[in-house]
Amino acid sequence: MATIVERLPAVFRARTCEVTGLRVEWHAEALIKVNAVVAVVNFLIGIIAAFGIVMTRWQAVHLLPADLFYRFLTLHGLNMLIFFIIFFEMAVLYFAGPVLLSCRLPAPRLGWLAWALMVLGMLTVNLMVVQGRADVLFTSYPPLQAHPLYYLGIILFAVGALIVTSLFFATLVVARREKTYEGSIPLVSFGALTAAIIAVITLLHGAAIYIPTFLWSLGYMSMDPQVYRMVWWGLGHSSQQINVAAHVSIWYLLAGLTVGGVVVNEKISRMAFVLYVLFISMASAHHLLVDPGMGPAWKVWNTSYAMYLAVLASMVHGFTVPAGIEMGQRLRGYTRSTFEWLKQAPWSDPGFSGTALSVVIFGFLGGITGVTIGTEQINIIAHNTLRVPGHFHTTVVGGTALAFMAVTYYVLPLIFKKRVAFWGLAKIQPYLFGIGIVILSMSMIFQGIFGVPRRHWDVSFANAPFPVEYHPAVQLFQASMGLGGLLAIAGGLAYVAIAVVSVFFGRPFRLADTHDRSGVPQGVWNLPPQLHRGAAVAAVHRTGTPGTLILVGIFFACFVLYYFANWKILSFLWKVG
Amino acid sequence: MIEHAEAHSAIVAPRGTWWVPAGRQEKLWVSLAFVWCLVLFAMMPFWHFRGGQNPSGVRAKVAPADYMARVEKFVADYKVGEDGGMPVVAPPPGSDVYLQAQMWRWYPVLRLKEGVRYTLHLSSIDINHGFNLYPVNLNFQVVPGYDYGLTIVPNKKGDFRVVCNEFCGINHHMMVGKVVVE
Repeated sequence: MATIVERLPAVFRARTCEVTGLRVEWHAEALIKVNAVVAVVNFLIGIIAAFGIVMTRWQAVHLLPADLFYRFLTLHGLNMLIFFIIFFEMAVLYFAGPVLLSCRLPAPRLGWLAWALMVLGMLTVNLMVVQGRADVLFTSYPPLQAHPLYYLGIILFAVGALIVTSLFFATLVVARREKTYEGSIPLVSFGALTAAIIAVITLLHGAAIYIPTFLWSLGYMSMDPQVYRMVWWGLGHSSQQINVAAHVSIWYLLAGLTVGGVVVNEKISRMAFVLYVLFISMASAHHLLVDPGMGPAWKVWNTSYAMYLAVLASMVHGFTVPAGIEMGQRLRGYTRSTFEWLKQAPWSDPGFSGTALSVVIFGFLGGITGVTIGTEQINIIAHNTLRVPGHFHTTVVGGTALAFMAVTYYVLPLIFKKRVAFWGLAKIQPYLFGIGIVILSMSMIFQGIFGVPRRHWDVSFANAPFPVEYHPAVQLFQASMGLGGLLAIAGGLAYVAIAVVSVFFGRPFRLADTHDRSGVPQGVWNLPPQLHRGAAVAAVHRTGTPGTLILVGIFFACFVLYYFANWKILSFLWKVG
Repeated sequence: MIEHAEAHSAIVAPRGTWWVPAGRQEKLWVSLAFVWCLVLFAMMPFWHFRGGQNPSGVRAKVAPADYMARVEKFVADYKVGEDGGMPVVAPPPGSDVYLQAQMWRWYPVLRLKEGVRYTLHLSSIDINHGFNLYPVNLNFQVVPGYDYGLTIVPNKKGDFRVVCNEFCGINHHMMVGKVVVE
């Protein structure tokens, strides 16, 4: 094996990036493009479905009939949470592997095969859903049953994704053998590596559940509904941890590209990534806290990721990312006052504003609400209410999707070599999308606190045998949910328009064309220093990051307050045990 | 005092030894976060001993037909009237109470007493359903083939609803049951 690898020539079709100096291999670059393009198409399908859903749940509008509502909901979950995000993550892996390590992509034809499998699987699944043969929602809990081709489509998609993660691992081996870098792999690649490892764990859970379910749908075996829920969430929740590892890697990447953010301590950041790998697969328990199949010890141990060690990891990144930005800015001379580094940050660069919003939304809203409702007992007041989708729209949309949008503004000039179209719109797009998602999610969370269910066509209960009437405040939150949703949809459509027009009709970008600076983020024109040496480094380490310390202090106070407020609410309930 | 020779971004491959102790502020935050994680963890076992709301219950597997038989016996034993075509059942204090979830109703209507302990059994005879007690906001998953027996003590008189909050097909929104506490 070793000899084969060594015999391969180290020459390959590549160009040298004129901004970063990285060698970009042809296949890797092309695969980044095709995966990103399909991701955006899936995102568009997801947005169209989102419009139907939010305009139906807003009872004053109540747009869709029941059957279409649940079909749109199925379509939305699959296209956003699976297809958009995973296609994008495949692009991230091709970037963090071959591009960041300046090496060739091994077995490129496998990469194309994987892409074809994933597209085939995606089309099959979407066809089944649109035809109404899979009205089972994203989770497809048996005994609800979809057409067998639906399950087969997901299996094909997963096999493709598994091939891409294998290629990423192979890339690491090749880069090391061919000595395309010195020292250790960069932190971004390390983060992507943990995402890839979690992806393997997740996809194995996926195989363990979708293959039996496929056979069950063909009538070859039986399926226990509780076992399904446990193994399926080994896929369903772990896949969200791929997203976390991927978007935290993107935070680190964009911190570097936009403001020269540094890694405060490699050991701490890498250990935090390792904690994700070690404890993530226990997250299945979050969804089974009020299920009849498991006992309290199992629930407590697993939902806490063995004493919240994966939460610790996110809290570490929540410090090290802003601290790295602060330190990088201080090294660039923004040293006056506690917050000059933040005030002087490039807020009109969508790569930076998107990252900053992603960190804040994911941490403050997503993290705090998630840990709280993922507590065994507190889950009693949250399970299957609108609090749950309210929570994950701040993690996976406000966190992951927004980070992916932010990085797109750098991928367009650096990989596609195109200027960003509608530059004025692009500058405000992260704000539009981020603020929309915050309003939407908080409105959902407040409705959930009043007990309003998720996945429900008619919470006015017009045809129910016994009347149900929610607190009048719910109507107010429904209106704000609708408006927040529309704002986020506008931000999402702006993103799609910008991405599609830039890729297919955009003006080409060359670093020499400095006479016209529009359509290219400031970090591309003037890449901040990525490496500092000398006395300045020692000095900035002595100053530390006082601004970040204040910010995380505020975060911590909010966390403690929200967490114990929920215990208080719980204590008012009927005694139950 | 460690002298830091270089600072680099996350796209730079670090060379030499980067396994160095963290700075003072980073250590402070990691320690605080770790202690907080232990508090988060300790709260759950603590609530099992001191708190009044836990999702433990008595859990067992049950075939849907057997569960239906138990529900029918329960209804026959303690039926006191009808409400909207549904039997109203008033079980004695301390007894086992059975609620059956099915597409698309909660069966039967329950009449309970304030401050009295019951064991509420939840199961489904077809697909997954979700038990949501309105307006108390008490939620449990109802899984076919599994009996979830929860000890409950209603703490307020009133007319309550059971809303299904797990998607169960086209008439999911019509699945509303009733519990009266006297």
